Amino acid sequence: MHSLFGNAAAVATGVFAAMRAKGRDTRVVAQAGDGGTVDIGLGPLSGMFERNDDVLFICYDNEAYMNTGVQRSGATPPAARTATTQAVGEHPGNVFGQGKDLPRIAMAHEIPYVATATVADLRDLEAKVEKAMAIRGARYIHVLVPCPLGWGSASKDTILLARLAQQSGLFPVFEAEFGEVTAVLPIRRRVPVTEYLQPQKRYAHLFGQTPDTETIERIQAQADRNLSRYHIDEVEI
Amino acid sequence: MDKPFAITLDAGSSLANKTGSWRTERPLYLNSLPPCNDACPAGENIQGWLYEAEEGQYQRAWQLLVADNPFPAIMGRVCYHPCQTACNRAQLDQPVGINSVERFLGDVALQEGWQLPVEAVDSGKRVLVVGAGPSGLSAAYHLRRAGHHVVIHDAGPKSGGMMRFGIPSYRLPRDILDAEIQRILDAGVELHLDSPVTDVMAAKAEGGFDAVFVAVGAQVGKRAYVPAGESAKILDAVSLLRDMEGQQAPRLGRRVVVYGGGNTAMDAARTAKRLGAEEAIVVYRRTRDRMPAHDVEVQEALEEGVLIRWLSTIKDVDAGSMTVERMELDDSGFPQPTGEFEELEADSLVLALGQDTDLSLMQDVDGIEISDGVVHVDEGMMTGAEGIFAGGDMVPSERTVTVAVGHGKQAARNIDGWLRGIPFEHAPRPPLATFDRLNTWYYTDAPKTVRPTLDSARRVSTFDEVKQGLDEQTAVYEARRCLSCGNCFGCDNCFGVCPDNAVLKLPRGSAEGDNGRDYAFDLDYCKGCGICVSECPSGAIIMIPEA
Repeated sequence: MHSLFGNAAAVATGVFAAMRAKGRDTRVVAQAGDGGTVDIGLGPLSGMFERNDDVLFICYDNEAYMNTGVQRSGATPPAARTATTQAVGEHPGNVFGQGKDLPRIAMAHEIPYVATATVADLRDLEAKVEKAMAIRGARYIHVLVPCPLGWGSASKDTILLARLAQQSGLFPVFEAEFGEVTAVLPIRRRVPVTEYLQPQKRYAHLFGQTPDTETIERIQAQADRNLSRYHIDEVEI
Repeated sequence: MDKPFAITLDAGSSLANKTGSWRTERPLYLNSLPPCNDACPAGENIQGWLYEAEEGQYQRAWQLLVADNPFPAIMGRVCYHPCQTACNRAQLDQPVGINSVERFLGDVALQEGWQLPVEAVDSGKRVLVVGAGPSGLSAAYHLRRAGHHVVIHDAGPKSGGMMRFGIPSYRLPRDILDAEIQRILDAGVELHLDSPVTDVMAAKAEGGFDAVFVAVGAQVGKRAYVPAGESAKILDAVSLLRDMEGQQAPRLGRRVVVYGGGNTAMDAARTAKRLGAEEAIVVYRRTRDRMPAHDVEVQEALEEGVLIRWLSTIKDVDAGSMTVERMELDDSGFPQPTGEFEELEADSLVLALGQDTDLSLMQDVDGIEISDGVVHVDEGMMTGAEGIFAGGDMVPSERTVTVAVGHGKQAARNIDGWLRGIPFEHAPRPPLATFDRLNTWYYTDAPKTVRPTLDSARRVSTFDEVKQGLDEQTAVYEARRCLSCGNCFGCDNCFGVCPDNAVLKLPRGSAEGDNGRDYAFDLDYCKGCGICVSECPSGAIIMIPEA
């Protein structure tokens, strides 16, 4: 069912309630983008988690409102340029310290299953969807999907960038059950965040003739923090 | 509006949006040439047979292998594997152990008694092959497969040429050699031993042959002039190795000096050790990096306790001792005498200074050009005389078994074309699958399996085979390390990553897709983003501009 922008959780939770009232066991899956999930639809989604409704909610996160013209969302990362966070002024791009980390918000509801994934590892994504469908109650999967247009990257590098987001530590790929992290995808070939940032035009202002080393270091610190927060191991090669 | 409550649109599908119209470039499945295949002197489709082997299809792998080279078990023991030097995996961890998988397949075939396929219709043509070495046998096999009647004449008492009379049995056990040769004879090739051909044109006329392939090798050990006392014991390495095949092992004494720096010098020194010499010393006039012997051979010789004196020449020899002069390399890398001499105790001197050919059988033939002891052939391996072809050690090239086998195949194809009046033409060579075309992320990290090697202490006392084979499990593991450079191996990556579901997956092995693949692009929806190209592990997809 295709409903309105931002109300995926509200519709899904309603469908689930209606089917239960009719005595039918219909599995419900809702899909939305990051804007519709972390900003517009967050209230109903939080309610759905709280009631532990039997819905699998999948968020495709491309880190801004891309379809409407690349406006900043609550999932836009710091320093990224969007149409509403221009690369001008003293601190160009999106600000630090704001934004919403929805996988962690979902975990705080202590629902049965929360997972993150990227389009760079389809077998991992497939396994997580299968696992989620074997569980009853509210489940949430957050998938990182690069947007060539909004990120200012080459189309052919889409999978590569998703891989680098994970391999740099900026996007941790993990599973959590009832609020506890239970599995983490290790890093096989660790890269500095610059390797991930540089091919994207939305970060071009960090890499001009005088690179903004301070901002780059702050982003690197975020990646490092993910490694210790999620206990992400590096695999020896 | 007569739609049900809360429904405003008809059910539809995004298939209505043909994203293919956005495209300015399109992907194309294209095989390119893996570096191993490119480097193989025998022209084997290595990537192809490794692919079959990794699936456990050993017989199909072997059949693909023997389509180019009838000696997998021999190759797996004596080939210097330039394929592994070229292997792209070396840039990732270590090259694929191609040679050991080849040996595994060769050994399985011998155990199972698989026979060489000969299916061609009888051509009615007769071809004489002179010399039953690797080149002659290879040519005979390929000519037989093309439907010709092949007769081999060899001057020696046994077949195999330098594979028998030049390569020691600790590198190539004779039962393996015999079995792989017998399989060629079983395919319908006629062999006459102890029947030297002294005049190639006369032999051609007498036997009513339509064409001749001459591959008599280079079997005459070069003799350099070394002043020697009457009782000095000097022999050449080729004779020494040949005598090892006789009834009586040669007697060399306690201390043996080998003069030379090629593979034959190493073989002679290692053989001397096995014959009971306490010391085998190789005297070579240059340095190790300039030595023509292959690195493995030098390494194995050193492990077995063979000593090497670099930058030395032998001035004269007497009973029980010889004089050695120290050399220095000049600016152009040539060794120059220094005038510093040294005595070296030795019971015998083995000369391993290279080999010459005996080309008397074709000396007087009109048109045949012989210079520097080798016969000149054209691209099609034909000498200056119509219908007389030549290959192996007697034509200018690197002298290895694998090169000889490759010559045999080349010659056979050209003889076949010549006999049928349709000149043989090489298929166009696809572009080389270089390392930068691969996406190595998708390959698991897997270092090479090392073949068990006989302990050096045990090695020098016997002529047992030094290198052992891989078992099935390790051989399959090794085959699976192949990156399949430039060739689709059906991993489904393109099918998985395409954002427009524009990669169609056809039944496995159907080869109905683009360029004979099991995949095809649905150009109604492919918008030409190039993700499939970037994410193809083996670099088997390219982008081409829209016409």
